[in-house]
Amino acid sequence: MGAYLLRRVFYAVPILLGVNLLTFMLFFVVNTPDDMARMQLGMKHVSPEAIASWKQAHGYDRPLLINLQARGMDTVTETVFFDKSLRLFAFQFGQSDSGRDIGYEIGQRMMPSLAVAIPVFVIGLLVNITVAMLLVFFRASYLDIGGVVLLVVLMSISSLFYIIGGQYLVGKLFQLVPISGFADGVSGWRFIMLPVAIGVVSGLGSGARWYRTIFLEEGGKDYVRTARAKGLSELSVLFKHVLRNALIPILTGAVVVLPLLFMGSLILESFFGIPGLGSYVIDAINAQDFSIVRAMVFLGSVLYIVGLVLTDISYTLADPRIRLT
Amino acid sequence: MAIVVLLAGCDGRPWNNPYPASEDAGNILYASFEERPKHLDPARAYSATEYEFIAQIYEPPLQYHYLKRPYTLVPLTAQQVPEPYYLDQQGKRVRSADDARAAYTVYQIDIRPGIRYQPHPAFARDAAGQLLYHHLKPEDLASRHTLADFPERGARELVAEDYVYQIKRLAHPQINSPILGIMSEYIVGLRDYAATLEAAYQRQAAAGGKPYLDLRDYPLAGVQVLGRYSYSITLQGKYPQLLYWLAMPFFAPLPQEVEHFYAQDGMAARNITLDWYPVGTGPYQLTVNNPNRQMVLERNPNFHGESYPAEGDAGDREAGLLADAGRPLPFVDRVVFSLEKESIPYWNKFLQGYYDRSGISSDNFDQAIRTAGDGDMRLTDAMVTQGIRLNTAVNTSTMYIGFNMIDSVVGGLGERQRKLRQALSIALDYEEFISIFANGRGLAAQGPLPPGIFGYRDGASGINPQVYDWIGGMAQRKSLEVARQLLVEAGYPGGLDAISGRPLVLHLDIPASSGPDDKARLDWYRKQFRKLNIQLIIRNTDYNRFLDKMDKGNAQIYIWGWNADYPDPENFLFLLYGPNGKVKYHGENASNYHNAEFDRLFEQMKNMANGPERQRIIDQMLQIARVDAPWIWGMHPKSFALSHRWYHNSKPNLMANNTLKYVRIDPGLRSELRRQWNRPVVWPVWVMVAGVLLLIVPALIAYRRRERHAPTHGTGRD
Repeated sequence: MGAYLLRRVFYAVPILLGVNLLTFMLFFVVNTPDDMARMQLGMKHVSPEAIASWKQAHGYDRPLLINLQARGMDTVTETVFFDKSLRLFAFQFGQSDSGRDIGYEIGQRMMPSLAVAIPVFVIGLLVNITVAMLLVFFRASYLDIGGVVLLVVLMSISSLFYIIGGQYLVGKLFQLVPISGFADGVSGWRFIMLPVAIGVVSGLGSGARWYRTIFLEEGGKDYVRTARAKGLSELSVLFKHVLRNALIPILTGAVVVLPLLFMGSLILESFFGIPGLGSYVIDAINAQDFSIVRAMVFLGSVLYIVGLVLTDISYTLADPRIRLT
Repeated sequence: MAIVVLLAGCDGRPWNNPYPASEDAGNILYASFEERPKHLDPARAYSATEYEFIAQIYEPPLQYHYLKRPYTLVPLTAQQVPEPYYLDQQGKRVRSADDARAAYTVYQIDIRPGIRYQPHPAFARDAAGQLLYHHLKPEDLASRHTLADFPERGARELVAEDYVYQIKRLAHPQINSPILGIMSEYIVGLRDYAATLEAAYQRQAAAGGKPYLDLRDYPLAGVQVLGRYSYSITLQGKYPQLLYWLAMPFFAPLPQEVEHFYAQDGMAARNITLDWYPVGTGPYQLTVNNPNRQMVLERNPNFHGESYPAEGDAGDREAGLLADAGRPLPFVDRVVFSLEKESIPYWNKFLQGYYDRSGISSDNFDQAIRTAGDGDMRLTDAMVTQGIRLNTAVNTSTMYIGFNMIDSVVGGLGERQRKLRQALSIALDYEEFISIFANGRGLAAQGPLPPGIFGYRDGASGINPQVYDWIGGMAQRKSLEVARQLLVEAGYPGGLDAISGRPLVLHLDIPASSGPDDKARLDWYRKQFRKLNIQLIIRNTDYNRFLDKMDKGNAQIYIWGWNADYPDPENFLFLLYGPNGKVKYHGENASNYHNAEFDRLFEQMKNMANGPERQRIIDQMLQIARVDAPWIWGMHPKSFALSHRWYHNSKPNLMANNTLKYVRIDPGLRSELRRQWNRPVVWPVWVMVAGVLLLIVPALIAYRRRERHAPTHGTGRD
């Protein structure tokens, strides 16, 4: 497995370079360094001198990708791309264009994101699997049909509706929890409860349907028929046989998103005033802060690769027949 | 169930109260902010979101009287509003501003002694009297990440040198102050000073290490320290508007030791910067700066003291705005600003009493405001019952549609183009626009000047006769027939070019936006042009491209706005001043309008004191601009502000930003009303629990039945 992991790490380098280059090009197709300077300097009385000075102070006065004025390696190294990208591979995110330490900001915003994302993920997974199991247990009955219809209805509704509706019902009409806000530590549970519930409910439709399909497919296999033929109770069949054998597709969907939980949820955090990472990228794009955008895209890519590797490793744990070589 | 039990264990407070119990009886004002302020450095900050914070912390020498209208400057840290004197080219004093020899204007500002800064580590000294945190090594900073990690605090007296230091900072090459350009035109030597600092900075950078410029070592001719409490600013020519600038944070004091403290190596890497932790003499200090969540202002224990104004405008006494006359400021101990990006939770929390004041978004407008029979906007019954109060004011700003005057079709001062612009000015029905898209919150503009600015005229004498007639005591937009006739005279009968016979096609350049009203708004513009059989093509580009087009003069018709820096007509009329053109001079005249007579009158008017003569010249200028019609004058938006009954001394002041100190709240009443308004409704929880049980029980029964009727009850093992 060691050799496999090493190989995956080496594979990751060109992928990350490619992602970096693509982000860089996409960003600068839309925003020139002059635009970035204007955005940072404000809208009134911005002079060309101030723009030039800002670009110089932030290292955007160099050519973007190739420096034709330089010689040798400097043609590549004396550019905005090289200067802004290389340190990322050492996880040195540097400072944002507005002068803040990006690494510190990520550290500050990560915990609130996780405070919502982890319960949504864990509870959501449990609820989805339980509901899917129930439907499979009552498959082809009115309960199953009704349940599937309900799930389709749930997945057809926009998550924004759940958020606004949840805030209106629970926060405004019933006045059970604060409509929005956040607090550190244990006292934060009051703020987390509603977004977590909404996160779970809004993911229930698609999640439970997906697992139901997996379980139904698994439930039709010969070994399940054999288990039933042996006279096992339906609960034993479902939880001890079907669930265990359906783990591979479950892990494929679940483990890969584990690292991305750090990145938070944009809409949920925005509506509930949770100071997480969800809105960090969007705010940065709006503020044309390339340093943050590139750092977050890089981090997202790294986490996604880590998620894929973790998924592979989890396969070996779930199915002893799988070997990573 | 567990949730209910947990909640029931609470202490009788409303369950939805988002604030800690320790704050319940506190003299705390709760407000919100939508986006984080970009800058808190007074040499950089320029937007309303930034001023909301720093204007409570930094104190320039002057401020606006809170209650008096028209807006009046009064001393803040200055002993009096300075009266300028004038010098000739040789530096000799001349008798008056009218003297033709007057080449320079000098403002001597005397500040009050005894004013002290807020406690701050930059002022902390050791037992030997040496500044404690001014020679920090990297290892000293290893465990410090916020200002709170510097346990020792100090303070010192405000001196004139601090004001001079801040004016010099406007020219610092690393600060990029937005007003350097405009101030360089007036403050003697400031342009050269910027070049001197830039050269010195580059020299230091080339020598290695982190450059640091101690501006005390670089004298600036136009700004001089005259004594411990006195300094002067010398201007080229005359610029009476400087007094207004002296009421803005750009001209607030900044002690050199504060700048030096933050400039130390390693501080910026730890996010400890002046742009994040402001230091001032004002009534409040910023104690929490976490713009992802909350920003907190707390009473500055060293505040020099100030009293609530004892006189105001007509009607202020009746409105209860003088009830606190003479009482010491500030009234509120803490101001907690919470980040609220979305309008729905913000509005609902206001209604629950968790924010003390609120604006009104278009989503909530119908819930808050109704139009009375007489056309007046009033609060709905629900708002009145809740004791909410409404303050309205026409903003000192203008939103207009501009024509690019260097465009070959709509620009220029020829008769053809002028009549085309006049026709379009009539066709675009801004009364309808205000009604549909602004919920009636606006005033159709008659020119560039909004109400509240000297030169604005109300009534018949104030209308734009090119677009309106005064009929029955009110301005009425001219008929479309008049517009069509103007179009004929312009050579576009029926919207066709009389020469080529082709339909007239015009282009509106706007920055792309994806708001819910945008499509309807753009359709509305098209419809207005269609009234004259003119096809309007909307060129929707991203904001950067839009700015680029404006800079290069490639836009044809555009939408723009201006918010007053200060209450002087010069601050609006300069938007039409030729030498301020955007394409040629990178100025704020986005239409690139140039009329020699208008420019001549502007130069005459800009330095005059308000009075009949100035009004006469402004009338002439407006007359010229209305005929030339470089803008479709658009509208002046109205602001609607709501506040709860425990919120006192609320009066819109569109110029002053340091108004938090005047606000008084009644925390006891607030606490009581919050309790009344936020009684938790528990039955839905029980219904939900019952619902879940109702689902589980039949499922269990069905399960048991199924297990009982299974074909085999095996003995096999798994």
